[in-house]
Formats: sequence, C-alpha cells, structure tokens
Amino acid sequence: MADNMGVLVFCEVTNGKLAGSAAEGLGIGKQLAASLGQELNAVLIGSGVNANADMVASLGAAKVYVADDPILKDYQTDPYIQVLQKVAAEMKPAILILGQSSVGRDLAPRIAFRLGSSATLDCIELAIDPAGKKLLMTKPVYGGNARAIFTSVTMPQVVTIRTKAMTPAQPDPSKKGQVIKVDAGLTPDSVKAKLVNKVAQQAEGVRLEDAAVVVCGGRGIGGAEGFKQLDELAKLLKGATGASRPPCDNGWLPQTQQIGLTGKIVAPELYIAIALSGSSQHMSGCSGSKTIVAINKDPEANIFREARFGVVGDWKKILPAFTAKVKELLAA
Amino acid sequence: MNLIVCVKQVIDPEAPPASFKIDPATNKATVQGAAPVIDPYGEYAVEASLKIKEAKGGKVTAVCLGTALQREVVKKPLSMGADDLVLLEDEAYVNGDTWSTASALAAAIKKIGAYDIILTGREASDTNAGQVGPAIAEILGIPCATIVKKIEILDGKARVERMVADGYEVIEIPLPCVLTITNELGEPRYPTIKGIMMAKRKEPIVWKPADLGVDAAKLGASGSRAKMAKLFQPVKEGKCEIIGGDTPEEAAAKLAMRLREAKVL
Ligand SMILES: Cc1cc2nc3c(=O)[nH]c(=O)nc-3n(C[C@H](O)[C@H](O)[C@H](O)COP(=O)(O)OP(=O)(O)OC[C@H]3O[C@@H](n4cnc5c(N)ncnc54)[C@H](O)[C@@H]3O)c2cc1C
Repeated sequence: MADNMGVLVFCEVTNGKLAGSAAEGLGIGKQLAASLGQELNAVLIGSGVNANADMVASLGAAKVYVADDPILKDYQTDPYIQVLQKVAAEMKPAILILGQSSVGRDLAPRIAFRLGSSATLDCIELAIDPAGKKLLMTKPVYGGNARAIFTSVTMPQVVTIRTKAMTPAQPDPSKKGQVIKVDAGLTPDSVKAKLVNKVAQQAEGVRLEDAAVVVCGGRGIGGAEGFKQLDELAKLLKGATGASRPPCDNGWLPQTQQIGLTGKIVAPELYIAIALSGSSQHMSGCSGSKTIVAINKDPEANIFREARFGVVGDWKKILPAFTAKVKELLAA
Repeated sequence: MNLIVCVKQVIDPEAPPASFKIDPATNKATVQGAAPVIDPYGEYAVEASLKIKEAKGGKVTAVCLGTALQREVVKKPLSMGADDLVLLEDEAYVNGDTWSTASALAAAIKKIGAYDIILTGREASDTNAGQVGPAIAEILGIPCATIVKKIEILDGKARVERMVADGYEVIEIPLPCVLTITNELGEPRYPTIKGIMMAKRKEPIVWKPADLGVDAAKLGASGSRAKMAKLFQPVKEGKCEIIGGDTPEEAAAKLAMRLREAKVL
C-alpha cells in the first residue's frame, strides 16, 4: 500500500475533443497531488488521442500515458480496463480520478475491483486528510438527501467526479509533459462485451449541458403538447428544454433530456422549473444552477425550498403570460 | 434461461425530502411516515428478468441481502412473477460496502449454481453507488453491461441497449453476464392477484454466512474496502421569494420584471 504514489487522471476524449471532466479532474488532481507532495499524471485512451497529449500536459500532467489503438476508438469496457490495468501497474497511483460520465460510471468500479480496491462514484468534494494522508471522498447519497464521506482501506483510491463540481485546470501552453506510449497487448479477443452500434438521440438546438438557460418541465406539464410552450420560452432565452424523469418515462420528451441523478447534470445561469415537485433525485441534476425559478400550483412543493424566485399557480395560465412579458422586456 | 436478480429493501426514496432525517446516534437514515419499499431500480431489474423469461422460458430467482427484511416488501418480486426468493438475512451481511455486499451475493449466486444472466438495478436509491453489478461480474469473472434499457437474447449472447448521454449503444455480450437495468426499460408490471396469492404461500429460502461457506471476516463491515467516515444532511439556506398578483397572469408578468430587475434576464 505504501508503494502507491501520485494522482492519475483518466482524460476522456469524445469526438476527438477532451471532455470537460478531463480539465476538472486535472484541476482537483493538481490540488490533491500538491497536498500529498506527489506527481500528477494523466492517461489518454482511444484512437488518434495522441493529438490530445499536449493539451493534457498543458493542463498540468507531468506524464501523459497514451494508449492509441484502433480497437480503442469507441469506449468498450474490457479493453479499456486492460489499458488502465497496465498503466496502474506501471505508475501505481494512490488516486485514480475519472469523470462521472457514461464511461466513468461503467469503467471506474470495474478497474477499481480489478486492482483489488474499490471506487467511490459521483464525488462532489475531494480532499486529503492531513492526519492519515487518506483521500476523503464526499458524495451525495439517498438521492441527494444526504452526503457521505468515504475513505478507502485499499489502494488505489478510485473516484469519479460529478460534472461541474470541481474547478477545471487552466491550460498553460509553456508546460510540457512526458508522453509515454502504452502497449497493453490488445487483440480482438480483448473485447468481450462488444459495441455493435451507436444511436444518437440528441435534441436539436442548444445542448442541454451547455445551455445558459434551462427550461425544465415535470409531470404536471401533462403531455408532449405542453412542452411546446416550454420550447418556445427556451428558444426565446437561447436555452434548452429539459425534463424531470416522468415526462421522459412517458415519452413526451427524448430520454436524453432527463435532468437529475440518473440523467444529465446541468448548472446553467437560470433554471426555470415548471410543474415539477423538486425531488431530491431531480435536484441532484440542477442544484448547481445559479438562479432557480419555480412555477408550481402546490405552495408546499419541495421546489420552493430550492428556488430563489417562485410563483404559485397553474402553469397553463402563468407560462404564456410570463413568456409574453419576457418577449416584451427583451425587445425593449 | 437461468436468471438471477439482486434486489434490496430500502427506505422510500420518493418520500418528501422534508421527511428525511439522519439519526446521529446510529448514523442511519429514516423517512417519517413512509414504509420501506423494494429498491426502484431493482424492480426494473425484476421486470427485465420476467421479460426474458417470457421470451425464452426459464427461471427467475430473486436474491435479497439485508436485515429486518419485511416479508411483504421483499416478496414483491415473487408477486410480480419470480419463481424463487433467497434471503441473505443476517447481521454479518450488513453495514458493508459494495465489495463485501457483492461478495456475499456472488457466493449465493454460486450456491444457486446455474446462471445465464444476473441482473441488478443501475444503482440503489439509498447508497447511489451503482457498483454491485460490476463487482459481481469481477468476482465471477464474467462480462458486464451497465445502464441497460433493452435486452434481446441471441444464440449464446445477449444484444442489449445501453443508455449513454446522447443516445444509446447496442452491445453484444456473451453469456453468462451481468446486466444493470435502468428505468428506460419501461414501467415494472403490477403484481397480479394470482401472483400475490402465490407469493403469500411461498416461503423464502434464508441463507446464513455458514450456508454460503464464506468467512464472516469477508462480509459486512469487516470485509469492506471503503469505510463511511460521516453521514450528514447538507444545510439549505434557501429562501424563496414568492411573487404574487391578483391574477396568475399578473404574477407571471411581475416575475418577469423581478427577474429583469435582479439581472437574471
Ligand atoms: C434512484 C432514483 C433515481 C432517480 N433519478 C431521477 C432523475 O435523474 N431525475 C428525475 O427527475 N427524477 C429521478 N427520480 C424520480 C424522482 O424520485 C421523482 O419521482 C421525480 O423527479 C418526480 O418528477 P416530477 O417532479 O416531475 O413529478 P411529481 O413529483 O409528480 O411532481 C409534479 C409537480 O407538478 C405540480 N403540478 C401539477 N400540475 C400542475 C399545474 N397545472 N401547474 C403547476 N404545477 C402543477 C404538482 O404540484 C407537483 O409538485 C429518481 C428516483 C430514484 C428512486
């Protein structure tokens, strides 16, 4: 256990570009490495990802392990575990950081167990305990109603970090890292669970994750028709429309528009929550928003404990008048 | 098809957030005025296993680990249509982490013997860990697909759809395997009257650590790789400014003006 040193950040690449979680992982990774007085390194896995190595180094990684192989083009669990296992054997990190993405959720527990350790997913805070030099991993539990702080008995300490919970590292182009090629000895047989197709279901317009304004509807909207009115407001504010889980379960909106613990995590400037009760699981996906505005007919709804501004009433009466006034104000 | 579905008893995750409390003496969470339930994602896993059984035939065995398991709660998979229920009910099993929990479940799965697909929910509503399925896969040395919303059985493998941020992936996975199930699968069925009657009569099988032949030191808290140092409720300083008006339309217009004034718009 005493052999394990340093912080390793798995830098996810999507469509050739570094995912936001990479800079966020390197941001917090840098702090943790400094607290430990140890090195910050990174690993890139994919096809053509060599091109991202300089960027990763400029974000603070001393060593950048690169596994660049056509087999790794798309995320598939088994070969990705094999690569991380190889890198972990070489570097023996004390801490391994991944993003809480579709990839990280799948990969983090598997690599942790493979290495004889465990993982803590969806961390919103990470710090080094000054006494024992252990990683203190804070994550929401009970759907966001509570938080728990975990420590690991085993090494490495593997975590995923919640989107936008950590401050991203800023690039410094003068920083150069050492690029280390990783040959994990992959063969087509390395792939057990095999990806055969990818189906995109993105809504048009502004991406939910990037939107500065999110207009979000809940079960009380009542159907797909009602969401057109939310779309109208979202368009006016150059934002995106999202939903709590019931509208997605009911097919009023694509499943990819779900916001929450098991959907997307968003942190826009303005979050307008309409006819949703504000369950802890839903709030997990939007509580990082700068300003939350609620429209709900039930004055006791939990959303009013979370929102900054609110109107109590039927959204069918309130929303059209609100949209009209916003239009007028923006035109003025 | 031999299908094994792991499902737990939890405090009601959909109870109003205001009723949620942590007892500082025991470090345990409670919700006031709500009975325990079957973990919702576990229920989707039961539904997924029943769908496979309908399509391909076979047997569904539900396995539930915990203490103070209320029979009417944990029998829900039986009333939905599962064939057998195994309870790992003992103090030695609980207060563990994912690893020690999965170790006990994997030992029970080995004791059951035949398995083609092991199903779990994508994450439990209490721990929100999302790791028991992957851990079972690692212990048994079989592949795993997570966050699955659709399953089709082919020759010696399953074709599954896995939800990802911008759509879904189609994955072919050889059997035996572990699948963790998400709500996009579709609503779990309601128990039928016949199912409820059958479940009433059926006695669950209870296995103690000795029955599994596992060392108690590998279970529960003593077998854990992760320790919970603290459990607490975050403080909310939230205060909401409620905007009123003589009519809903007036309140709506005042809200827009207030947002403009606060430079939110
Ligand atoms: C492990 C787990 C994970 C989950 N993950 C998520 C997740 O990621 N995202 C998510 O959203 N949920 C998630 N859920 C579900 C969550 O617990 C709630 O069930 C869900 O968020 C409720 O959605 P809602 O607020 O739209 O519906 P409800 O709770 O039914 O609320 C509807 C609200 O609409 C109001 N309303 C109705 N009609 C009108 C009207 N005409 N005008 C104004 N207001 C009206 C009502 O007053 C009510 O407050 C999860 C649950 C579990 C157990």
